[in-house]
Amino acid sequence: MATIGAAMSAEFMMEEALAPQAPVNRRRPRFRTWRLIVMLLAGAYFLLPIYAGLKFALENDAGHFSFFAVKALPTEPGFGAAFWLSMRLSLVTVVLSMVLMVPTTIYVHLRLPKVRRVVEFITILPIVIPPIILITGVLGSYPLWLKASPYLLSLVYVILAMPFVYRSLDAGLSSIDLKTLVEASRSLGGSWFATMRRVILPNLRPALLSAMVLSLALVLGEFTMASLDLWETIPVWIVNFQQQDGHVTVAASMLGLIGSWVLLTLIVSLDRSQSRRSLRKTGGL
Amino acid sequence: MTQMKETSMTDSSITAGTTKGAQVELDQLVRTYGQVRALDGFSLSIAPGEFVALLGPSGCGKTTVLRVLAGFEQPDSGRVLVDGNDISDVSAQKRDMGMVFQSYSLFPNMSVINNVMFGLRMRHQGRSDSRSKAGQLLELVELSDQSTKYPHQLSGGQQQRVALARALAIEPRVLLLDEPLSALDAKVRAELRDQIRSLQQRLAITTVFVTHDQEEALSMADRVCVMSSGHIEQTATPAVLYARPTTAFVAQFVGISSRVPVETSGNEVVVFGQRCPIRTGEALSGSGHNDALLRPEDFGIDIDPNGKGFVTHKSFLGAITRLIVQVGEISVRVDVRSDQGADIELGTHVTPKVIARDVLVAPRVAAAPVEPL
Repeated sequence: MATIGAAMSAEFMMEEALAPQAPVNRRRPRFRTWRLIVMLLAGAYFLLPIYAGLKFALENDAGHFSFFAVKALPTEPGFGAAFWLSMRLSLVTVVLSMVLMVPTTIYVHLRLPKVRRVVEFITILPIVIPPIILITGVLGSYPLWLKASPYLLSLVYVILAMPFVYRSLDAGLSSIDLKTLVEASRSLGGSWFATMRRVILPNLRPALLSAMVLSLALVLGEFTMASLDLWETIPVWIVNFQQQDGHVTVAASMLGLIGSWVLLTLIVSLDRSQSRRSLRKTGGL
Repeated sequence: MTQMKETSMTDSSITAGTTKGAQVELDQLVRTYGQVRALDGFSLSIAPGEFVALLGPSGCGKTTVLRVLAGFEQPDSGRVLVDGNDISDVSAQKRDMGMVFQSYSLFPNMSVINNVMFGLRMRHQGRSDSRSKAGQLLELVELSDQSTKYPHQLSGGQQQRVALARALAIEPRVLLLDEPLSALDAKVRAELRDQIRSLQQRLAITTVFVTHDQEEALSMADRVCVMSSGHIEQTATPAVLYARPTTAFVAQFVGISSRVPVETSGNEVVVFGQRCPIRTGEALSGSGHNDALLRPEDFGIDIDPNGKGFVTHKSFLGAITRLIVQVGEISVRVDVRSDQGADIELGTHVTPKVIARDVLVAPRVAAAPVEPL
């Protein structure tokens, strides 16, 4: 019996050693090739327009390499004001979004979990409703003093950013045991403010950063509403100035894109370095 | 392990008397969720320093009691009194109750020492005082060498010990334990069980412990409160609860009981032809068809070639051997001393005999005819 068993094992091992290896060896290169093709196609799709934009921004009218468009950008009429307006609108939008959405999302998770679906549906509406309809309604219904202020745009941008902000926060809150953490903090004597500041918000940091970056990107790229509300933000300035100098406006777009990347990278690396520091402090790394 | 624990506890400045247990009174608590009545007139009195376990199946309302006591849930009616003061409307933040959760619930963004310090800092204690006290508590739970680590760097057992230290740090009037051991493996659970009990006795802190594990409840608590459908079935010491269950639910939920259909008459019941006195318990439907609930040790057996019962299963459990004896359509579990049970083979004809001084009788759940012996 033992001999038979041993022989069977050897046969089985030999079969197993030979059989699966052949297809794996055949499949792997094919899989790699397809993966490479897909990556190249996707890369080309995303990178070619950026390359074309960069090339155009770094050329002079004769088609030679030049930084003239980038250098001229700050001195072009209206650019400074547009840039400053976009920054102010971004800041107000991000702050308003956080002040409104963070407590709301936490409240829904803690106290009204059954209405999460309804809230999700409501937060999708700004994507479904075209911005032109939204701004037409806003301009027709808001009081004059508010319509005269550029910060009306911030109020509308808060609505536009809501789907992204809500989803980021919702994902962040779903990843922690919110109810138990809150109850633990409360039972230890933590007030609601202390619980938010010391327990919930630090554990929501990645979600908060993500929500902020998405809001920021939305404000910096929004054209329709700003244009219809007759405020010259960066995107509106780009479109208006395009008639005068294409190189400069493309340089402005590229700088905006690079600026967003830098900002995103900074925020992500800040988050990572904080996590690493806390691990190093404890000997975890 | 025990020696190490004792030494560290003696060295610590956290000693008995630091925390004073409170008298807790739960009075006619009612809590409903829609149509479900989670608590149905629940009343319980807990003495200062007492360790009470709330035991029951899932959905019986034991966690609701704990949450009402902690202030996380408001009862529809009824009162919660601590040291005679009605705290029903006091927020969880101001109740001074330390709670340990099933899911550890340590703050992931804080190190172990900061977790333990949290409650002290919320009470506006100075940073150095808080740190010093948190250090003592970590010593008490044998985790002083882990103080700078973060929760995700600790094992489940370590995390729960930190949670215990954190709950004790605020010197709570009542310690609430919500199934704190159920997420741990068997070995760690046994160690932590001893540690919790030892700390509770040393600090003389009133403790309410929720569990569905009867072994935990019986081994740790001074009194066990068995719950079912939002009300108390029986509250008693573990020994009384096991030996003298007053309801069919308790007899079947705590320990093992065989259910034997019987005929009752007055204060007596006939079990396998043997007359036995009825134990005082839940109201019966009067004389007639009922069930007797008997533990394996309530039975003895006579080996009898003419006996109508025969052994169908036999399990060696160390000092005792558990037999399953089939009598007609009824199966009963019988414990015998292993030295006596060694010679009993499967199929051996026997006669089960009730050796308990009285028998718990409950309304019959299934109308099965009694096989006369």
